[in-house]
Amino acid sequence: MLIAPSLIYSLIAPILIVLGGALIGVLVEAFLSKAHRAAVQITISIGTLLLALQQLWRIRDLSSTTAAVNSVTIDKAGIFLQATVVVLALVAVLLIADQENFVAQASAVPGSNEEKNSLQEKSQQTEIFPLFLFAVAGMMLFPVASDLITLFVALEVFSLPLYLLAGLSRRRRLLSQESALKYFLLGAYSSAFFLFGAAFLYGYSGTISLSGISAAAGSANNIFLLIGIVFVSVGLLFKIGAVPFHSWTPDVYQGAPTPITGFMAAATKVAAFGALLRIFYVGFAQEQTLWRPLITVIAIITMLFGSLVAIAQRDVKRMLAYSSIAHAGFLLSGVVALSKDGLVASLFYLFAYGLTTIAAFGIITLVRDSSGEVTDLNRWIGIGKKSPLVAGSFAFILLSFAGIPLTSGFIGKFAIFSSAYKSGYISLVVVGVLSSAIAAFFYIRVIIMMFFTDPVNDSVSVVIPSVKSRISIIVATVISIILGLMPSLLLNAATTYANFIK
Amino acid sequence: MNLLTIVGVLPLISALLIAFIPSKNAELIKRAAFAATLVVAIASIFLVTGFDKSVTGMQYVQSNTWIEAFNINFAVGIDGISLVLILLSTILVPIVILATWHESDLGRWSSKSFYILILVLETLMIGVFAATDLFLFYVFFEAMLIPIYFLIGGYGTGNKSAAAVKFLLYSLFGGLLMLASVIGLYVIAGNQIGATFDLTQLATLEIDSNTQNLLFLGFFIAFAIKAPLWPFHTWLPDAAKAATPGTSVLLLGVLDKVGTYGMIRFCIALFPDASKTFTPLIITLAVISIIYGAFMAIGQKDIKGLIAFTSISHFGFITMGIFAMTTQGMSGANLYMVNHGFSTAALFLVAGWMMMRRGSSTIADFGGLQRVTPVMAWTFFIAGMSGLALPGLSSFVSEFLVLVGTYTRYPVAAVIGTLGIVLAALYILIPIQKTLHGPITSGNENLKDLNLREKIAIAPVILIIVVMGFYPKPVLDIINPTAEKVVVNAGFTDPVAKVGK
Repeated sequence: MLIAPSLIYSLIAPILIVLGGALIGVLVEAFLSKAHRAAVQITISIGTLLLALQQLWRIRDLSSTTAAVNSVTIDKAGIFLQATVVVLALVAVLLIADQENFVAQASAVPGSNEEKNSLQEKSQQTEIFPLFLFAVAGMMLFPVASDLITLFVALEVFSLPLYLLAGLSRRRRLLSQESALKYFLLGAYSSAFFLFGAAFLYGYSGTISLSGISAAAGSANNIFLLIGIVFVSVGLLFKIGAVPFHSWTPDVYQGAPTPITGFMAAATKVAAFGALLRIFYVGFAQEQTLWRPLITVIAIITMLFGSLVAIAQRDVKRMLAYSSIAHAGFLLSGVVALSKDGLVASLFYLFAYGLTTIAAFGIITLVRDSSGEVTDLNRWIGIGKKSPLVAGSFAFILLSFAGIPLTSGFIGKFAIFSSAYKSGYISLVVVGVLSSAIAAFFYIRVIIMMFFTDPVNDSVSVVIPSVKSRISIIVATVISIILGLMPSLLLNAATTYANFIK
Repeated sequence: MNLLTIVGVLPLISALLIAFIPSKNAELIKRAAFAATLVVAIASIFLVTGFDKSVTGMQYVQSNTWIEAFNINFAVGIDGISLVLILLSTILVPIVILATWHESDLGRWSSKSFYILILVLETLMIGVFAATDLFLFYVFFEAMLIPIYFLIGGYGTGNKSAAAVKFLLYSLFGGLLMLASVIGLYVIAGNQIGATFDLTQLATLEIDSNTQNLLFLGFFIAFAIKAPLWPFHTWLPDAAKAATPGTSVLLLGVLDKVGTYGMIRFCIALFPDASKTFTPLIITLAVISIIYGAFMAIGQKDIKGLIAFTSISHFGFITMGIFAMTTQGMSGANLYMVNHGFSTAALFLVAGWMMMRRGSSTIADFGGLQRVTPVMAWTFFIAGMSGLALPGLSSFVSEFLVLVGTYTRYPVAAVIGTLGIVLAALYILIPIQKTLHGPITSGNENLKDLNLREKIAIAPVILIIVVMGFYPKPVLDIINPTAEKVVVNAGFTDPVAKVGK
């Protein structure tokens, strides 16, 4: 006989609300007339996210391992990570709401008359909103999932919409579709790896729950455990874009519509690192000697590779893609640290980095010529003269990525590196500062291009952003500035919330 | 808020206020910036009157929590060493603004941005010397790079953006190495006495010699790049050639002093044992810097390049004095930092006027200025004489103290260093002869002499150079107790009986 599972609805309400919002969005697509869809969808998305945030605030002091039959653990760190995802989604949705980045009709063949017609009709693709909300719901579930099956489900729930969204760019559609396909195929492989590893972990411990795997330590076959850890890690490392599973990152970052790139770069990192942290801190902490050397090596090559290859990039989106690879390496140092400090640092870093990333991609959407966004760095020359404020904000963001003091990026780096040092991984700190020094080179090169080089006679201009984009970029930039000057605001919260229930 | 904090914050507040003046009113902006920095300079002189020379600890101490999670405090305070360097900064800034009144007009951006950058830089310069929290120091140390970067890249001449980038990347590289050491120190403190960045507490740590050596190197390389010491110096001539004369004064006169200041405050105070281990190496590098800088200076055809290389030679003297680990060497090095600041300022400012009038920075383009522009020629002459440490001018006292202090412990280094003085005579006298004396080369006949503004700007610098040459006691009185304390705390005693000042 099948017994109905007991769910603590009040704790999983935030996720359910977002999923509900997504479903309503689907219904709106089906039943509402075209003219009103966009406004309604935007309202639903924003309303849903705000409601989810309010619910997260309500449960901020509650926690339970059994929110959904041992499959979902709502604990302090989980709530923090969910809140981070929701906040980033709120900032990103305002950028996404500027729909001119998206294809008018996704089903039309690129270059066909059908496409031209739909462009002329100014028809808009509003499916992006429910897809976006599904992705957000998956990202909220991923870091609180505490068994392997739920993890896999969450992984797929947020990945599938992202594959689709990546292919919806209005301009350079073939590039966009190619990137979506590449993302999908490689993503499918990595999911298979994850499942394969999960099977081995089940074989090792006889259970799929992370705490069960942790409890089985020492009593079971370590070879199975090692294989399981390796393959599960491959699946997760793919999502965060760690070397050698990074090859999709530059293509997808470049091909996807820029607001989606920003959302993906920020929120996917939060969700995937949240899950990674939970799996390693809760599930594998007992067997740390098995995986810490592995992840250390991956972190080192990821930091160095990302920083070195970024130097050769001529496209601003590809450059930021490689920079995000380097940042994944820095964040992995926090995983290796395996301590409360490491968790605090990771939580702070994810939030701060996410906001700056969205602001960066938001600004990229503003630099355009007659045929759309200009991402070729050589054509960014002299925009500091055309639009000092936008270029100045972008320069600030780059300095934050580079980790210059008085930016949130610096505090994040300091926190991560000091936690790694404290756990005895001095090599990570040394490689970390060296790759930061390398990375500084290409961030600064962009600043030179924007400010120190005279603009050539070029049609590139910085458009005045719409109100929504403006709010999004300003909010993200201002919070980044505040976090650089007064990091305590977030650090204290991260310290309070840096706690996984085991 | 005590006086020190007020002095430090004033320029920043002025910068914020100036941001509200429309860019069109360039003249008003210049006057406002000058007035603000003058007020700061006067306020900083009150720091001296309230300073108790008999106390060797930190004064004007203030500490507020900044980042609780890492126990980082906004902690400031000054002792004799930092006081004189703060004075050097606050006095030089208004002089630079007055002397280079039109420097910002030709820049890539408006005059407004120029003066805002200068004022922000002044706050950071005061902060870097006043910080008694290691993290806070690091923040100022790195943040300082940004305004200078934009000052060179936005208002400089020639290959300015390449020079600005070279400067920034060198400094960032050093800074990041230092960050690794800062983190190491923080973690070690966490294990021994609880996480802290407080300098006095960090000095009590007991670190095993291997770790200490590595942490020391992280700090030292950062400071050696900044100072700059051979072989980390290659960014300086480029930056000095590209920057405007005013920026060069601040860069060489004040910012580079952060390097030598850091060696005293951090390398020696925090890692006395490692300092001992590395002293022979560092003294060697210092001696190489002295000789190398001097020879390169002799070969320079460009006035700015000449001054840059003489500075490398002088920084060699300062570093040698610091690591000689004698009270005289230490006091001499401190005094040298101040004197070098003023004599470089004089050289750069006058050279800047000469270049602006002639439209060239090549030494060979000048000649016979003594007859055409006597006042300008005389000021350049005095500045040059101070650069070669002529007795009676300020640099002589400090160079003498450094050499005597070094001789008692490292006689060979001191003797080779003395060779630097001989070379100094060459690298100063030859250009002076070429530019000031001899026949008037064509193109120079109608150069105008200094105007009133320029005379007013340079007068205090010349006055300080002369007065400090005859009567350095007031400054030495401030420096000596702290310098002595640094040497004693590092575990050294003077090899010979102390000679009077």
